[in-house]
Amino acid sequence: MTESVNNLDKIKQSLSRRNRAEKRFRWYGRLAIFIGLAAVMVLFTDIISKGHGAFRITYIELEVTYDQDRIGVENLTDPEQLANGNWEALSKAALRNEFNDVSGRRDKRKLYGLISSGAGFDLKDRLLANPLLLGETEKVWILADDDIDTYYKSWLDGESYAARMSAKQLQWIDELHAQGKIRLQFNSNLFTRGDSREPEQAGIRGAVMGSLLTLILTLLLSFPIGVSAAIYLEEFAPRNRWTDFIEVNINNLAAVPSIIFGLLGLAIFINFFHIPRSVPIVGGLVLTLMTLPTIIITSRAAIKSVPPSIREAALGMGASKYQVVLHHVLPLSLPGMLTGAIIGMAQALGESAPLLMIGMVAFIVDIPAGFSDPATVLPVQIFLWADSPERAFIEKTSAAIMVLLSFLIIMNTVAVWLRKRLERRW
Amino acid sequence: MTQAATAEKKNPAKKTVAKAVNSLDVSDHQATVGKNFADNAKMTMRNVNVFYDDKQAIHDVSVDIAKNEVIAMIGPSGCGKSTFLRSLNRMNDTVDICRVEGQICMDGEDLYSPKLDVVELRARVGMVFQKPNPFPKSIYENVAYGPKIHGLADTRVDLDEIVENSLRKAGLWEEVKERLHQAGTGLSGGQQQRLCIARAIAVSPEVILMDEPCSALDPIATAKIEELIEELSQNFTIAIVTHSMQQAARVSHRTAYFHLGRLIEVNPTEQVFTMPEHQLTEAYITGRFG
Repeated sequence: MTESVNNLDKIKQSLSRRNRAEKRFRWYGRLAIFIGLAAVMVLFTDIISKGHGAFRITYIELEVTYDQDRIGVENLTDPEQLANGNWEALSKAALRNEFNDVSGRRDKRKLYGLISSGAGFDLKDRLLANPLLLGETEKVWILADDDIDTYYKSWLDGESYAARMSAKQLQWIDELHAQGKIRLQFNSNLFTRGDSREPEQAGIRGAVMGSLLTLILTLLLSFPIGVSAAIYLEEFAPRNRWTDFIEVNINNLAAVPSIIFGLLGLAIFINFFHIPRSVPIVGGLVLTLMTLPTIIITSRAAIKSVPPSIREAALGMGASKYQVVLHHVLPLSLPGMLTGAIIGMAQALGESAPLLMIGMVAFIVDIPAGFSDPATVLPVQIFLWADSPERAFIEKTSAAIMVLLSFLIIMNTVAVWLRKRLERRW
Repeated sequence: MTQAATAEKKNPAKKTVAKAVNSLDVSDHQATVGKNFADNAKMTMRNVNVFYDDKQAIHDVSVDIAKNEVIAMIGPSGCGKSTFLRSLNRMNDTVDICRVEGQICMDGEDLYSPKLDVVELRARVGMVFQKPNPFPKSIYENVAYGPKIHGLADTRVDLDEIVENSLRKAGLWEEVKERLHQAGTGLSGGQQQRLCIARAIAVSPEVILMDEPCSALDPIATAKIEELIEELSQNFTIAIVTHSMQQAARVSHRTAYFHLGRLIEVNPTEQVFTMPEHQLTEAYITGRFG
């Protein structure tokens, strides 16, 4: 009797100890999640606070006269004349017209420095779109220089950064601001233009297209190859030393640092097969090598998760092995395979190291239109901009990171959604 | 005094049974007793041995399955009855380490001859599995799958007819005719198993193998399947493996008793359950072990 009472006491004592341990354990978990979330929050706040400015850019309103003599073009349909036309003269004249008291070479140079060096070409495009403007005068919002843009944004925020501005320029901007002739607009250049040495003219279109072309090729190559390999290994290959060897090596490949794949691509695709450098073909091939193991492993897992009873049912009906795979195993494992492919693609989208090795780090202004045009990709563009000295590239870098992250978030969301949507229960 | 010894005193027969069981473990051959051969045989098995790697699962089994009969295979767990059943339509081919020796013939044709295509064989020998395993497709698609892959229906109308007939024969038509295009996996367990039977008979096989078709079902669903087996036996030859002796007694014409990979006795069901020839059979059906 006393013994059982004693036992009960012991149980009670140990119970409170166990409860405390469980409570502690739960708090460890909460702490871990909190640390993870906090890290993500810090990252996002930092990027967004730095990058949000890049989505707006400074424009200056000027009165432009499309003076034929000044441009030196007689025929607007002649490409050669257009190319040789002195388009900058239009914007310069407009600036002199706005500030007619400016004289002297130095001051004039500072004055012309208010607007982007590409302003003349923007006016040319405007005129070509509407030839009736020739000889007319209109008010145009012209893209400001990046130093002006940086200063104006910081000035609006209350902590002006005027390190690269002259006193005259500060005064001109005050005047423009007083007259409402300077303002921030949505920065469509960021999404429509390729890279540029001038921050105000630089955009991510080239890098986005480069990433898109590279990823298309990667998907087209790695998905069929990966899925075929997975199906063969899971459904057809005999289990022996060779298949074990292959399996171990696929798992090893998945763990190889990505820059090694870049070196491999450089040695094989460029130096041996002589595919041109910097093009999406090479990028796609290298990323295919890198993504294949991921796709094979996830596809095999998806195939393994198809219950054997389904295979037996089909085999028992007299389906051939090929029919079992095509009619039953493949449809049932496709959601898992797609999820794996999307995650592999997201990985490939964020990859920069192997692409540095095959020359996709070049400065490329033109937007690539095909698989054999020189191109760069988003992560490499971020790397290039982060490396640039101009202060205006800081916000551009963060903006490009935001774009890249949103692509990744979209892809991962689609993966989760697909899995939920296509998942079948049996 | 141990419990076993007490039991022995009360029931002396147990000792002889235990002895017989032990003697089987070591003896290499013991002929099957009873009527294991039939005059109008559909399938004939002679000296069949099945191995998993070097482990022998079936020892020297010879038996006939007569046309349009229901033969039940009973025996304690691990006695090889399922393995034997699965070698009748070469489902064991899918197991890499499995090896079948001896002769298995259907209508005089060797099923393990290299000339025979296993796809054709499985169209002629259908199978129903232990756990209902409908495809995760619609009811219609489940039944139509066999005819489709074997090209049995030329037109959509033909296919519709095959599906309806098969579902009718499986006693499922009235229950599902309104929802043919809903998922087959949404049916109850018993309905799913009847769907699997409908799927198997849709290709008009000559023999249907059933591997414990009722072990995952409740008594009411079981009763329906058993009724169905009886009806099907008019058109098909059926071999059924079952754990339940009562089921064997209810549905089968002949019963084969397996023990540790050996076929001990084959006799008309009534005889097996009333006056078995072999003492092991008697011991099993009276519940002294197993």
